[in-house]
Amino acid sequence: MMAFRYGVILFVFWLLLSGHFEPLLFGLGLASVILTIFLMKRMNVIDHESYPLHLSSRLPAFLAYIFREILNANIDVMKRIMTSSGKSISPRMVEIPLPQKTDLGRAIYANAITLTPGTVSVELTKDKIIVHALTKEAADELFTGNMAKAIPDQAIDK
Amino acid sequence: MIIDILSWILLVSGGLVGVVGAVGMHRFPDFYSRQHATGITDTLCAMLILLGLGLQAEMSLAAFKLALIFLFLFITSPTASHVLANAAMHGGLKPKLDGTDGEERS
Repeated sequence: MMAFRYGVILFVFWLLLSGHFEPLLFGLGLASVILTIFLMKRMNVIDHESYPLHLSSRLPAFLAYIFREILNANIDVMKRIMTSSGKSISPRMVEIPLPQKTDLGRAIYANAITLTPGTVSVELTKDKIIVHALTKEAADELFTGNMAKAIPDQAIDK
Repeated sequence: MIIDILSWILLVSGGLVGVVGAVGMHRFPDFYSRQHATGITDTLCAMLILLGLGLQAEMSLAAFKLALIFLFLFITSPTASHVLANAAMHGGLKPKLDGTDGEERS
């Protein structure tokens, strides 16, 4: 059943990318989607991790949050670049807690940290994440844990 | 017309943001802090330029493809940055931290 849903999504995706509605190409697209789903089923890679559809309802709020963060962080780093020859920085390595339990949640969190300029995730351990922060403010912002709370971390039901 | 002006504003400011990122890459002192400067080009610069191009494309399949580029860029670019920083760390490159001189290879 899940394979069928992904097949429909893949086919809509194919249609949007190609823009072809002639019977022959339509049929070929359908055939390639069916072949892909068949191969994926054999490889056993259709699960909630490869297609996290169960998180999509939380996507708009998360995107709004992360874009606001990215914008603020960008403006801050740009100010520091353009004033005082880039000297107004205080780089530091910090260890921040990693509350996410699922691999997907961890990957999203580490990517979100790296996406906001001013912080780059350098190393992940079991429950810590080592971050290089450009400024003390950027590091303190991570310690508040606001970003960790915005990351979805739903258990994968097999 | 208004859309054209808006799209030009977005494209030009995207270009300027990219230049700021490049300046930052030269001004910041070491590898790790330079990564933050390139982070600007990865995020805000790419966002502004793709948004400006999207306005030029209006409601077409090209706009959808631009949205996809946007999406994939936002997944792949932080991953690449993380791998780069991780490799530098494991390679023994010390970050130049506040109050230390660092950047010597151990």
